[in-house]
Amino acid sequence: MTNLTDLTLADARDGLQRRAFSAVELTQAHLDAMAAARGLNAFLVETPERALAMARASDARIASGDGRPLEGLPLGIKDLFCTEGVITTAGSNILKGFEPAYESAVSGNLWRDGAVMLGKLNLDEFAMGSSNETSAFGPVVSPWRRPGSDAPLVPGGSSGGSAAAVAARLCLAATATDTGGSIRQPAAFTGTVGIKPTYGRCSRWGTVAFASSLDQAGPIARTVRDAAIMLRSMAGPDARDTTCADLPVPDYEAAIGRGVRGLKIGIPKEYRVAGMPDEIERLWQQGAAWLKAAGAEIVEISLPHTKYALPAYYIVAPAEASSNLARYDGVRYGLRVEGRDIVDMYERSRAAGFGREVKRRIMIGTYVLSAGYYDAYYLRAQKIRTLIKRDFETVYADGIDAVLTPATPSSAFGIGEKGSGDPVEMYLNDIFTVTVNMAGLPGIAVPGGLDAGGLPLGLQLIGRPFDEETLFAASQVIEDAAGRIALPEAWWGR
Amino acid sequence: MNAPVNPKKLIKGATGDWEIVIGMEIHAQVTSEAKLFSGASTRFGAEPNSNVSLVDAAMPGMLPVINEECVRQAIRTGLGLKAQINLRSLFDRKNYFYPDLPQGYQISQYKDPIVGEGEVLVDVPDEGTINVRIERLHLEQDAGKSIHDLHPSMSFVDLNRSGVALMEIVSKPDLRSSEEAKAYVTKLRSILRYLGTCDGDMEKGSLRADVNVSVRRPGEPLGTRCEIKNVNSIRFIGQAIEYEARRQIGILEDGGKIDQETRLFDPGKGETRSMRSKEEAHDYRYFPDPDLLPLEFDQAYVDALAEGLPELPDAKKARFMSQYGLSPYDASVLIAERESADFYEAVAEGRDGKAAANWVINELFGRLNKEGRDIAASPVSAAQLGAIIDLIGENVISGKIAKDLFEIVWSEGGDPRAIVESRGMKQVTDTGAIEAAVDAVIAGNPDKVEQAKAKPTLLGWFVGQVMKQTGGKANPGAVNEMLKSKLGIE
Repeated sequence: MTNLTDLTLADARDGLQRRAFSAVELTQAHLDAMAAARGLNAFLVETPERALAMARASDARIASGDGRPLEGLPLGIKDLFCTEGVITTAGSNILKGFEPAYESAVSGNLWRDGAVMLGKLNLDEFAMGSSNETSAFGPVVSPWRRPGSDAPLVPGGSSGGSAAAVAARLCLAATATDTGGSIRQPAAFTGTVGIKPTYGRCSRWGTVAFASSLDQAGPIARTVRDAAIMLRSMAGPDARDTTCADLPVPDYEAAIGRGVRGLKIGIPKEYRVAGMPDEIERLWQQGAAWLKAAGAEIVEISLPHTKYALPAYYIVAPAEASSNLARYDGVRYGLRVEGRDIVDMYERSRAAGFGREVKRRIMIGTYVLSAGYYDAYYLRAQKIRTLIKRDFETVYADGIDAVLTPATPSSAFGIGEKGSGDPVEMYLNDIFTVTVNMAGLPGIAVPGGLDAGGLPLGLQLIGRPFDEETLFAASQVIEDAAGRIALPEAWWGR
Repeated sequence: MNAPVNPKKLIKGATGDWEIVIGMEIHAQVTSEAKLFSGASTRFGAEPNSNVSLVDAAMPGMLPVINEECVRQAIRTGLGLKAQINLRSLFDRKNYFYPDLPQGYQISQYKDPIVGEGEVLVDVPDEGTINVRIERLHLEQDAGKSIHDLHPSMSFVDLNRSGVALMEIVSKPDLRSSEEAKAYVTKLRSILRYLGTCDGDMEKGSLRADVNVSVRRPGEPLGTRCEIKNVNSIRFIGQAIEYEARRQIGILEDGGKIDQETRLFDPGKGETRSMRSKEEAHDYRYFPDPDLLPLEFDQAYVDALAEGLPELPDAKKARFMSQYGLSPYDASVLIAERESADFYEAVAEGRDGKAAANWVINELFGRLNKEGRDIAASPVSAAQLGAIIDLIGENVISGKIAKDLFEIVWSEGGDPRAIVESRGMKQVTDTGAIEAAVDAVIAGNPDKVEQAKAKPTLLGWFVGQVMKQTGGKANPGAVNEMLKSKLGIE
């Protein structure tokens, strides 16, 4: 029997169905892999007892023939999703020990469909970061290394724990969230598939908020099909989140074989940024060629406001964050550091509870919303956002079905390598992904190949609002053409 | 805004006259079962922190969902204020830190409120009717309650109120005296209670006022204002304005200048004191709440709510004047509370409207006030009071006996007609009996009979004597007639 943790989610599903193995066996194999991989620091909390109990229940369901779509499939949950009775920290000291009395909508949907929870995955603190180095509980080490080197690399962020755990085969798939690229960038860095669906596709209820108008949940998985299976269960209407779309969720898995014949794929010239490595450019052209070979028409397009997206994003997201994080004040839950009076208590608690990057963004956000600066920053950023959205509306109105871009401007970098001096260096990681959040569109990152250093590179496809199906179809074409990337051998122990 | 200055309103200072300019922000708690953005109950007086949902406690990942009933209540109120209803409005976050504000921001409406400009007609005692313009009405969340006196060094927080819906109703600076301000709040409260959109209970904090006060020389531009926060009774509003205006005049007349600031009214001392200066004012960093979509509805939605509105105080007053022939004063008294107006109409139904008004206002309201009861707790029902008035109209009892009867019904209850019957309170209309009494009085007072011929006003004395003889039951009209003819008075 092959190693159970090497199976795709789809194969594991089918194997369970065929009774080739049990959910308990499948779960135990993952729990063992997790225990051996603690050096990666991907999981913040492991929930083996809960996992095995859920797996046993799944085996009973399967035995009685009423298995659900994700019955018995072990998953990891990014620690931004509140999980009832299981510590949820958002990667922050300020929520150290916080045990929610409620289950997030997205994770609840997965349990409703029979999935098994393995534990909670590490992330950048409050999802603010592109390397998973801002986590209060230490960085996640990527399972990837440059050939011949044992220098630790970042898995990307903020969903670094999710991407690393999926790439290292510690779980079949994982939940993640994406505010400016936090699903797609780590997926690209780890040779996995990650989709940020349209804003409003997944409920935000019960997910710790970073920037409410940009946050969106999505899966990271090892194949396009697995991502499609995951998203179908995660998504859906929710009256508790008024920004969540009241739309039925299509059968995404059914869409992946559609191909791209007759589709128009846009190549935005503004994404050809200065200083972009040749390898990225070559990968991009390769991706276009694959799609063309499969029958798509490749069209050069213009998204003229692209260059304003990153600066505008770094106004809107911190502004919302500065307000969203005001509730972590030491009064009702989480960390409290006593002080002389209430203001002193606030200051001490927040000083001790938040890390550098979170503090930086709270300060930026507070500044751009301040009297006298609001119009110059926040209001202008919102106007830019409208223009970015209009750029996409225009090309879609002209018949473009999806837009192809690189997912990231580089492959993964080393831990401690970037952003220690200038945070903007780190922020530039999101240059190809933030526009998608600003426009509220769906975007998927799919592996395209390895760079000269032997590390994965990803391509991004951006779709029309609520047309994730086309993204799955086109990504499958790329996955088929590129061939599935061989994931790294388990140097971390198994 | 620059209406002609009413000289009666001016305050005399040491160096001349001053005009007070007042604008008000009324915070009215919306009558609704659940809070503005959560399903938690709004019931008053529950155990601390028992009406608190995950949203109200601002647990991580919780999201607000608008309570449609609160929206309907705001629209109804806007219609009652003859105001512009905005079919699209936005919710904003007002950011500040306080322990009783769990989210670290209050969800409010800043730039685009649900209700725009409107007006309230206000009857001011001894002055007439003034028109107070409404600037806007918006929906917002209430904060929780901090309790500072239960522990030597800590404060307690009760989140029951946290997230309860408030309507903030902002007037233009159209008020010129404490009397006008009090009359405005009284009228606004009456409209809200008619609409059923706020219970107006100031003791429970359902209605609170922020009062903006400035002074100026008549005809000059507006002076610098001070805002007196959270005044919770109409009487205190009057006192706070009087104190504050005189404080400001004192400063200006001494050559000083007014600092724009927020002040608190201390009812114990009857004075206002500084809470925070403009420099210390919060920067609330308002921005649109990204958790909430714009609030949108169509005109048909508004029209349907307008259809269902009750008759409001102004319309009722006009109708009472035309339908029942009441004076403006009597009509205003009767319509002040919807329950009083309903009571009155039940009494007036099929009877003389003026007589009914006299009985309701003078006897019933007088008695209720004396005992500090409200109309809902009246021991005398509309049917009972109506029966008393009927007995007078039918000449069964005199007005004087009627007052005795009212007392009996008040304290003992019962059917007035049966009481009159069983206790022999009927008016004597039997001329034989009246004549006997008249004759007896005339026979017993020959000197007075003589005097009365020269001085007809003595008739009243004779009437009194006859009434005494008959135990007050003789029909006063019949007694009068008979005495006149027997005494030869014209």
